[in-house]
Amino acid sequence: MWIEILRVSWRSIRANKMRSFLTMLGIIIGVMAVVLSSAIGMGAKDNITSQVEGLGSNVLTVMPGATSSGGISQGFGSASTLTTADVTAIQQQDPDVKYVSPVVSHTAQVVYGANNTNTAIEGTNEQYPEIKNVTMAQGRYFLQEEVNSAANVAVLGSQVEQTLFAGERVNPVGQTIEIQGIPFTVIGVAASQGTSGFTNQDDAIAIPITTEVNLMTGSDTVSQILASATSSQVMNQAQLEIESTLRVAHQLTPGTADDFTIQNQATLLSTLSGVTRVLTLLLDGISAISLLVGGIGIMNIMLVSVTERTREIGIRKAIGARKSSISTQFLLESLTLSLAGALIGLIFSGAGAMVAARVMKTGSLLSVSAIVLSVVFSIAIGIVFGVYPARKAANLKPIDALRFE
Amino acid sequence: MSALIEIRDLVREYVIGDQTIRALDGVNLTVERGEFVAIMGPSGSGKSTAMNMIGCLDLPTSGQYVIDGFHVASLSEDQLADVRNRKIGFVFQNFNLLPKTTALENVELPMMYAGVPARERRQRAMEALERVGLANRMHNRPNELSGGQQQRVSIARALVNNPVLILADEPTGALDSHTTEEILTLFEELHAQGNTIVLVTHEDEVGERAKRIIRFRDGKVESDTKYPQLEGVPPHVD
Repeated sequence: MWIEILRVSWRSIRANKMRSFLTMLGIIIGVMAVVLSSAIGMGAKDNITSQVEGLGSNVLTVMPGATSSGGISQGFGSASTLTTADVTAIQQQDPDVKYVSPVVSHTAQVVYGANNTNTAIEGTNEQYPEIKNVTMAQGRYFLQEEVNSAANVAVLGSQVEQTLFAGERVNPVGQTIEIQGIPFTVIGVAASQGTSGFTNQDDAIAIPITTEVNLMTGSDTVSQILASATSSQVMNQAQLEIESTLRVAHQLTPGTADDFTIQNQATLLSTLSGVTRVLTLLLDGISAISLLVGGIGIMNIMLVSVTERTREIGIRKAIGARKSSISTQFLLESLTLSLAGALIGLIFSGAGAMVAARVMKTGSLLSVSAIVLSVVFSIAIGIVFGVYPARKAANLKPIDALRFE
Repeated sequence: MSALIEIRDLVREYVIGDQTIRALDGVNLTVERGEFVAIMGPSGSGKSTAMNMIGCLDLPTSGQYVIDGFHVASLSEDQLADVRNRKIGFVFQNFNLLPKTTALENVELPMMYAGVPARERRQRAMEALERVGLANRMHNRPNELSGGQQQRVSIARALVNNPVLILADEPTGALDSHTTEEILTLFEELHAQGNTIVLVTHEDEVGERAKRIIRFRDGKVESDTKYPQLEGVPPHVD
C-alpha cells in the first residue's frame, strides 16, 4: 500500500512537471547555496593558510616604525630605524630565534645580452632561504663568506630567469648579468614560489645584503628583518625576545613605544582564519535561510495542490481512503519534491564545487558534512512543510470535497 | 437475517448562519437484501441528504442507521471510510473518476484502500470491466471515454469490492436517453444477479425501472410503493 501511495504521489508530481520543477528549484538553490558556500569557505581557508605558509615557516617579520607616533598612526615601514646591527644583535642574543635575515630592496634595470628587465633587487643573507622556504631549481644560494666579502653574486627568481634568458640556450648558472651596469655572476635560480601577499617572489633577484648596501646608498638601514622561531610553539617567546633586544639596541626608555613593529605569522593566520570563519558562518546562515524559503515554497504549492485536488480527495475518501492514506499521499509528495530537489541541487553543486576548486586552485572542496546536513535539512523541510497541507487534505469532509467545483 | 438497511427516526439538521434547517425530519426506512429501490422527490425534499446518510458520507444529527449490522452513528471517521470501502459501491452523476488515471487503475482504487494485493487487484479490476462491457477500453483515461463509458467504469469501480449495496446518485443525470437506457439495463442485470441497488433520481422514467419507489418530501418519506412485476406505467403518487 505504501508503494501504491508513493506511486500516486509520484504520478501527481509528474503530471505537473513545470510546477513541480519550480517548487524543487527553491530546494535546489538552497542545497546549492549550503554546499557551495561551505566549499567556498573551505577554499578560502585553504588559500589563506597556504598563502600565509608560503611566507615561510614560523616567520616573524620586523618592520621599522611604530604603529603610532604621538597618537597618529604612521603605518608600517614609515621610518628607517632598523639596521644590520639589529640583525646581528638578534642573532647573538635571542635563543628562540633560529634564523634571521635582513631585507633591503630596490628596483633596478638588469641586463643579459640583448635582454633586459626591471625587477626587484633584494639584499639578504645566507639564512634567508631557510626562513622563506626557498628551494633551488638550479645552482645554489650564496654562502656566508660571499655575504661577508660582499661578492657580486646573484640568485634569480624563476620569472626573472625566464625573462633574461628568453631564447638563450645556455645554463644561466655561471653567466654574468649586469645590475645597474655592474657585473654579477649568476650562482643559482630559485624554484617558483608563487605570489605571497602582494609581492611576486618569482620576479626578484637576491644578492648579498652587503653588496646591496654598497650598490645603494651605503647606509646600513634595512627595510625589514625576517626571523624564524625554532619551533611554532615558541613563536610568541621569540617575538618577545626580539622586542626586548631591539628596545635595548634602540635605547628606548621604559614607557616609550616601540619604534618597530613585529608581525607574527601565527597571529596573522589566526586573524585571517577568524575572518574567514565569520564569513563562512554568514554564508551558511544566508544559505540556510534560502533553504527555508524553498521549504515555504513547497508548502505553498502543496496547499494549492490540496485545494486544486479537493475533488480527487473527496473521491478517494468516498471509496474508502482513510485519513492516514490521504495524509501519507500528500506528505510523500512534499517529501519527494524536497528530496528530488536536494539530489538535483547536490549534482549541480558537485559541479560547482569542482569549478570553484579549479578557480581557487585547491583540492576537492565538497564537504561530507555540508552534503549530509543539506540532505537531512531538506528531508526535515519536506516533512515539516508537508504536514500542514497533508493534514488539511486528510481532514476534508468527503461530502464537502465531492461537491467542490 | 436482518434487513440490509434499517433507518429509525433519522434527523439531520444543518446550521446555516443563525438558521437551523432540518433536511431530514424523522425518516424511517428498511431495505432488504436484493431490492432495487429508487429514492425520488423534488429538489429540497431531502433525498440527497438521505443518500449521503445511506452512503455513510455524513452522520445524522439524531436517530439510528444500521447497514449490514453496523451502527453507523457510533463509528469513527476511519471506520466510516472502511464501511464505505467494503459495504458500499458508489455511482455518481458526474462519474467522479480520477483524471489522468486509466480505467483499470480507477477500478483498482477501492481495492488498493482495502489492501488487496496488486496481482489480485489487477485481475479483479479486469473482470469487473469485462462485466460492464469495457474489456477493450481498460487502458483509456476518462477524458478518452464517452459519458456512458465513464459511467460504466464507475459502475465497475462500485462492484469491484463486492459491496452489499450499490448506491447510485442520479447515475443518468449527465447522459443522453440512449446511454441512459444502456446504463439502466446494466443496473437491471446487476439486480438480477442479486445485488442490492439504491438509486436516487428525480426522473420518473429512471425511477420506473426500480422495483420500489420511495418518495421524499420536506425531509420525510411521503410514499413507499413496491411494484411486484407490474406491467405498464406505475401509478403516480403525489
